[in-house]
Amino acid sequence: MSEFSVLQQKAESFYPNYGRKAELQHQTHYCPGCGHGIISKLLARAIDELGIQDRTILVNPVGCSVFGYYYFDVGNIQSAHGRAPAVATAAKRARPHSVVVSYQGDGDLAAIGTAEILHAANRGEPITVIFVNNAIYGMTGGQLAPTTPVGAKSTTTPYGRSIFNEGYPLHVCETLASLEAPVYLERVAIGNIKGILQAGKAIRRGLENQVNGLGFSLIEVLSPCPTIWKTTPQDAQKRIREELSKIYPVGVFRDLTGDRGARPAALPAPTLNELPALLELDAAHTFETPDRRPTQAVDWRIKVAGFGGQGVLMLGEVLAEAGLAAGLDVSWLPSYGPEMRSGTSNCHVRLATHAIDSPLISRPNVLLALNEPSLRKFVHTVEPGGWVLYNADTLPPDCRRDDVNFVTDSFTKIADGIGDTRVGNIVMLGALMEAAHLVGDEQVDAALAHTVKSARWLEFDRKALVAGKLAARRIVQGVVQ
Amino acid sequence: MPKQLIKGNEAIVKSAILAGCRAFYGYPITPASELAEAAAKYMPLAGGTFLQAESETASIYMLFGAAAAGVRAMTASSGPGISLMQEGLSYLAGAELPCVIADIMRGGPGLGNIAPEQGDYNQVVKGGGHGCYHTIVLAPDSVQEMADLTALAFDLADAYRNPVFVLADGAIGQMMEPVEFMARPVEPRHMPWAVEATPETRKNLVTSIYLEPDNLEAHIRKLEAKYRRCEREEVRFEEYQTGDAEVVLMGYGITARILKAVVEQLRATGLRVGLLRPITLYPFPVAAVQRLARSAKLFGVVELSTGQMLDDVRLALNGARPVEFYGRAGGNVPPAEEVARFVRRIARQYGVAVAEEELAHV
Amino acid sequence: MEGTHMATQIKPDRGMVEVNQEECKGCGLCVDVCTPKALQLSTGLNRYGYHPAEYAGHGCNGCGLCFYACPEPGAITVYKRTLAEPVAA
Repeated sequence: MSEFSVLQQKAESFYPNYGRKAELQHQTHYCPGCGHGIISKLLARAIDELGIQDRTILVNPVGCSVFGYYYFDVGNIQSAHGRAPAVATAAKRARPHSVVVSYQGDGDLAAIGTAEILHAANRGEPITVIFVNNAIYGMTGGQLAPTTPVGAKSTTTPYGRSIFNEGYPLHVCETLASLEAPVYLERVAIGNIKGILQAGKAIRRGLENQVNGLGFSLIEVLSPCPTIWKTTPQDAQKRIREELSKIYPVGVFRDLTGDRGARPAALPAPTLNELPALLELDAAHTFETPDRRPTQAVDWRIKVAGFGGQGVLMLGEVLAEAGLAAGLDVSWLPSYGPEMRSGTSNCHVRLATHAIDSPLISRPNVLLALNEPSLRKFVHTVEPGGWVLYNADTLPPDCRRDDVNFVTDSFTKIADGIGDTRVGNIVMLGALMEAAHLVGDEQVDAALAHTVKSARWLEFDRKALVAGKLAARRIVQGVVQ
Repeated sequence: MPKQLIKGNEAIVKSAILAGCRAFYGYPITPASELAEAAAKYMPLAGGTFLQAESETASIYMLFGAAAAGVRAMTASSGPGISLMQEGLSYLAGAELPCVIADIMRGGPGLGNIAPEQGDYNQVVKGGGHGCYHTIVLAPDSVQEMADLTALAFDLADAYRNPVFVLADGAIGQMMEPVEFMARPVEPRHMPWAVEATPETRKNLVTSIYLEPDNLEAHIRKLEAKYRRCEREEVRFEEYQTGDAEVVLMGYGITARILKAVVEQLRATGLRVGLLRPITLYPFPVAAVQRLARSAKLFGVVELSTGQMLDDVRLALNGARPVEFYGRAGGNVPPAEEVARFVRRIARQYGVAVAEEELAHV
Repeated sequence: MEGTHMATQIKPDRGMVEVNQEECKGCGLCVDVCTPKALQLSTGLNRYGYHPAEYAGHGCNGCGLCFYACPEPGAITVYKRTLAEPVAA
């Protein structure tokens, strides 16, 4: 013995014994002559050769490939049928230094998991996919696979696969080769020793690409399934050579390993102290609210209503921000359900000195109606003694009420005079402040500065606010208080 | 403390990142899309991952992959998307992977509509996936709670190695309220069982398959023991004026906010009404229901559905007290006045004393 | 291995194969791939009821192809002779 040294032996990346298996712990569960054993062996060898055992993550989905974790002494994640590329995507992104291998059969990858594989490939996820194509469902006992040849019988195509019922065999490498992102796509066939050795090279390259930081690699392996094919291991390999290789020609479908550079590394993560500012939770984006609430109890229940584009939601937001700046409890609820049909838009804003129970406002004490339909819809819900601001020259006679305060003016026309019709909402806000003094001027200004990011718009809005106040001052003198 | 006026959906994302979440995988859907949009904006800045997946099915398995690799991960969706995720939720629970899912409920079944509803209770709280498992379900009723319960969700997910839902309706998701966020961000932590592609974690295995019946039963018993511990230790609820309540109202999310207004309105008329608001829908506050049943005459359950949480209230009461139900659906949210009419009616029906002057108006 | 030593007039084998009887499932793919016909299926059965492959005892050229052809990860170990010439008896 002493003059012999080991040439080939079981890979280090395999467990010596398969303790996770219930019985026969030094044999795989694969049938005699099964291609999975050979492919596993090639994969383990490549992991050994590249020295990546410690950082390999094997994703085992459903099918005969489900038990990879019995054998591979690497990090293992067992996944659902077809979903391995999604699992692999996130595992790789979570651990960018890892080498992630998704090992999938044809039912898994080419039927139930078509969306996941297509999009992982199209995103160019830097993972390595081993696609074992044996043209049949093995683990479940011989049902049709998307790769089953036309005419071939299976337990679910007892009369043979029909192009009119099940369609044609699905060509995975050819399909993925229509995408721009994949770096490496090769089909190999383990129908003889030459094919096996070529498969070994391809699998190794698929892993190397990941080690080198390149993108998506997939190796499709035409693989024998003697048990389900009801044939001998020898004839199964013959079928690979003589039948399947004709339907699925072997070869390289994509090789950009020399053309594509390594993917850019992720930016360094910020420190925890930097997080609040990055999340816009710093002083510029928050209100240091007063410790004490205003002493006089208030509960402003405001409904803002108009058409989309009139700044309804923004007007409500400024009101809520102003209330917050004034130390009130506030809520802002947009109606986005049945109420907003046909382009109408409204929001509920509540400003109160007490904790707000329901943010839903059914009995407003302020209605800001930016158009006639909104006025008609809500004017009769306003609480007696409340305020109604209406954006028109005159109030429709049937909307008149004696028990509420109306401020009626064409606020949008005033906005036109300022130079932009879009600040009509802020003109109305100015009028409201002048009429009902919901909160202080400085709080409205602070809210505007907070909400409006552009300096030019802020200037417009400030002008609009003043114009609204002036308009209200003219009108309010005449209303019932 | 500084506060920010912020939408419920965005508050979840900011709170999640402060809580150490570094992966968001999602798919747009109204009324939950702001979650994906906020995550797309902030997650890369925080050194995390945001990816818009090809489907909700892919999203939930991306959570599976991220969680298996030891990263705090979340997704968000609404009814139709949550339905698609049910398969993955079963796998996540089976593999004992922690993650957080925000469900901003809309109208169903089918395409339904985008308005607020609470029709996902059954599929989320009871679990729509296969097998004996539970998800922990937290139900915020304010934007502040959207933030607070999201942070809690990550802690519970890790502590129980189980998916945790933040179950809110479209109203809570879309509304803005002031929020005070946690002052000190949480360091992303290490999970010893995770598959991190390191020598120390090489022998780790994340799986939900147990081929031998005895092994699978042992695993299921282990999960069961975990859920029993959760039921003992994690029940959360809010009581609002229940001390002398003869009518105990129950609701969660936006409904609970309306019910608080209802309680205020009816208390003012002399009707002794209180609110029991479950904050954890699983585990359900069974003991609190039973305790209140000793003094209350009846229970009124209000939901934006045709009655889903209702079943849990009935199970908790086990016939001890009558339960009446008021539900709106299809995206209709009842104003407090409408719900108050229901409560007055059932109070009268069961002989609960009401001030005379109030009766005259009914 | 004594046989190779005794037959000094025959050119010594360049390699040697060990088949783990516990792992072999008797598929015969190693036998087919072995050009010097140094492998054969045993007439006996292993404890699982398979006719396992076995090394004929001589003839291995150390090509290692049987290792790749075999679907069991640990069933076959291939050795090669380390010295260029046999040690004189």
